[in-house]
Amino acid sequence: MNYHKFDVVIVGAGGAGLMSAMQLAHNSSIAVISKLYPTRSHTGAAQGGVAAALGNQEEDHWKWHMFDTVKGGDYLTDQDAAEILAREAIDAVYDLEHWGLPFNRTPDGKIDQRRFGGHTRNFGEGPVRRSCYAADRTGHMILQTMYQQSVKNQVNFFNEYMMLDLLINDGQACGVVALCLRDGSIHVFHAKTIVLATGGYGRAWRITSNALACTGDGMAVAYRRGLPLEDMEMYQFHPTGLYRIGILLSEAARGEGAYILNNEGERFCIRYAPTMEELAPRDMVSRFIVQEIAEGRGIGGKDYVYLSVAHLGKEKIDAKLPDITDFARNYLNVEPYYEPIPIQPTAHYAMGGIPTDIEGRVVVDEQNTVLPGLYAAGEVACVSVHGANRLGTNSLVDLIVFGRRAGKHIAAKWLPEADFAPLPANPDGYATELVEGLLSRANGKGETQERIRQELRDEMTEKVGVVRSETTLLAMQQKIAELKERWANVRLMDTSHTFNTELMEVIELGNLIECAEATVAGALARKESRGGHYREDYQKRDDANFLKHTLAYRSDTPGQPDLRYKPVVITEFQPKERKY
Amino acid sequence: MAAADGTLSVQIKVKRYQPEKEAKPYWQEFRVQVDPKDRLLDALNQIKWEQDGTLTFRRSCAHGVCGSDAMRINGRNRLACKLLIEDVGTRITVEPMLGFPVIRDLVVDMDPFFAKYEKIKPYLINDEPEPRTERRQSPEQRERYDETTKCILCGACTGSCPSVWANADWVGPASIVNAHRFIFDSRDRGANERLQILSDRNGVWRCRTIFNCSEACPRGIHVTDAIEEVKRAIMYGSNAIE
Repeated sequence: MNYHKFDVVIVGAGGAGLMSAMQLAHNSSIAVISKLYPTRSHTGAAQGGVAAALGNQEEDHWKWHMFDTVKGGDYLTDQDAAEILAREAIDAVYDLEHWGLPFNRTPDGKIDQRRFGGHTRNFGEGPVRRSCYAADRTGHMILQTMYQQSVKNQVNFFNEYMMLDLLINDGQACGVVALCLRDGSIHVFHAKTIVLATGGYGRAWRITSNALACTGDGMAVAYRRGLPLEDMEMYQFHPTGLYRIGILLSEAARGEGAYILNNEGERFCIRYAPTMEELAPRDMVSRFIVQEIAEGRGIGGKDYVYLSVAHLGKEKIDAKLPDITDFARNYLNVEPYYEPIPIQPTAHYAMGGIPTDIEGRVVVDEQNTVLPGLYAAGEVACVSVHGANRLGTNSLVDLIVFGRRAGKHIAAKWLPEADFAPLPANPDGYATELVEGLLSRANGKGETQERIRQELRDEMTEKVGVVRSETTLLAMQQKIAELKERWANVRLMDTSHTFNTELMEVIELGNLIECAEATVAGALARKESRGGHYREDYQKRDDANFLKHTLAYRSDTPGQPDLRYKPVVITEFQPKERKY
Repeated sequence: MAAADGTLSVQIKVKRYQPEKEAKPYWQEFRVQVDPKDRLLDALNQIKWEQDGTLTFRRSCAHGVCGSDAMRINGRNRLACKLLIEDVGTRITVEPMLGFPVIRDLVVDMDPFFAKYEKIKPYLINDEPEPRTERRQSPEQRERYDETTKCILCGACTGSCPSVWANADWVGPASIVNAHRFIFDSRDRGANERLQILSDRNGVWRCRTIFNCSEACPRGIHVTDAIEEVKRAIMYGSNAIE
């Protein structure tokens, strides 16, 4: 066992992790552990922009942004968190600019802004230009800029280390255990503070915009250690994924004026959302698409529709949407200058995750009791700022605002009074047993990971997608119990300790199954439709019974976590019917 | 030949290195049945998941933006996730990138690459007091360095460069691209420091304008042109930086 000691250990080197690191690098001993080289993190795949009410293009106010976030989240959003998101987005975006982020510019040299789904002026009157962007590679530029700053601030990185376990002792988080991919060694990181910033779990579905690395590692590790996962049933399906492959085609396309068309060439979104049209929130547009397909208006009767940018003209396409039009050319052989692009909804973003308070501290129950020393930020966390449906660009806002807040809180409030909690006995016990157990089953009997992975992804897509019902969810719950058992006996082909990516993938698959378990249980119990969670058998939102957050705790019964609930924080905006 | 279901039988020959089993690299052939629209990465995953779990390569985003899966494919550095089978044919040779120490199979040690990147001070240098809002930059000034901001640090350019193969100490094209990104940014004040670093014997002058880097770049960056611009900035001073 290898031992390391730092004041702060940050797990994950995407936007949230690096943003926390920036607040701490000057005067604390910190380490960032990442499963990938930092610049490979999935933040880099974000395209469209980062919302902040700068008002560079037209009148805008943070309160409008706050309202849109709450309404977009179908009122499951905690409004204290939404207020912070909208207010602090402004300074956080200026921070990024000061660090060199190459935003597109207005003619007078300010940060340019464009429209995005669900972002409105004056509490819903019409679209507003709020998304700050760098072409259609805003996430790439955020990730690059923060990595550049990490180099400048000489942050310690442990690259290609995969977290396997979280250590809690004496009621305080005190470390993480990680696998060094390069040589298979196990490392214990003893720390006063852990920040989980490991991202989402889109790879639980077959059609997804997410990277292969997005396997819910942070959520699963916390869940196994008895921490709750909040609102996991709230999963976002982005309406415009490249057909069959799921690669994201940014909402920025629609922000710039792209149309969504059915087999009759009709812009059907107008029928469902007369004010916001194609720029209604994602959960709604995904449902519109599914509805059109169900009624036979998919292209050629198939399960896709068209995204069309041709009418925007070459010049605008090249200047504003170069990457996504390249994806269409490269992967579907479609020329967006002239041809519409086949699209379908794609698993995209977890609104739920590890519950935190507005400082990024992980909380463990209905009373929001803080677990000292543990923080979470970004997609792995649930503040809950996205509620039941996240607005486009608010993921990047979440990273920079709450990554920053967590870092600042650690530096100003926690570290001055914190001490190291002692490590528990045998700190690497679980991790070592996991790795050695898997390697010892190599080359034996039993199935390999592939069927388990396929079945998880296929059935999650079929049963826990845009539309769910008691029937599909019960079937999936059983399936998960079965997959858990099969995973426990999975056989590896690779016994090597050197860069064993099969070992990594099998552990990731186990993590995905844990995340799926919490997702399905929450969805089954939530007998209403709200935001990204749409139940065929309960089609209305039910505020009387379900205006509350789900907390799922792992139990001894596979497939069936214990569910508890906590109230939503409502400050200014009383729940109303959502119309766009 | 396409099968009745439209899939293709593809032969993939991989240069393997399994240090715990064999001291030397060796070649191994695999055969997979794939859709012509599949990515080469899909084919590699299929081999790994269905035939041989020991086949080792990096991958993450699978659509050409994270830079994990740069490798030498039919003699040219490409991202396995950007290359469709129909564009590369049914006999494919895959090797680790040249110029990098190999860890296992297609996985190379990227640490020296990132160490060189760090050398050129790849971050905005500007000690002037920050304004309350943004620093102003005109659309034209922003356009000046647009192309080099696209770099994803995959290493395809550096691994394709004969000057890198010949001299491991050379800073290499990717680092110069990232220096360019800041040197030509109107907000940056560190051009002279970087140009100093790049004018030494392992700086820009080892570039022999072979253009392999430009051909290799999966982001369409004209790498050699960017290097030439940096060379001119060194020769003609900051007047060249406008």
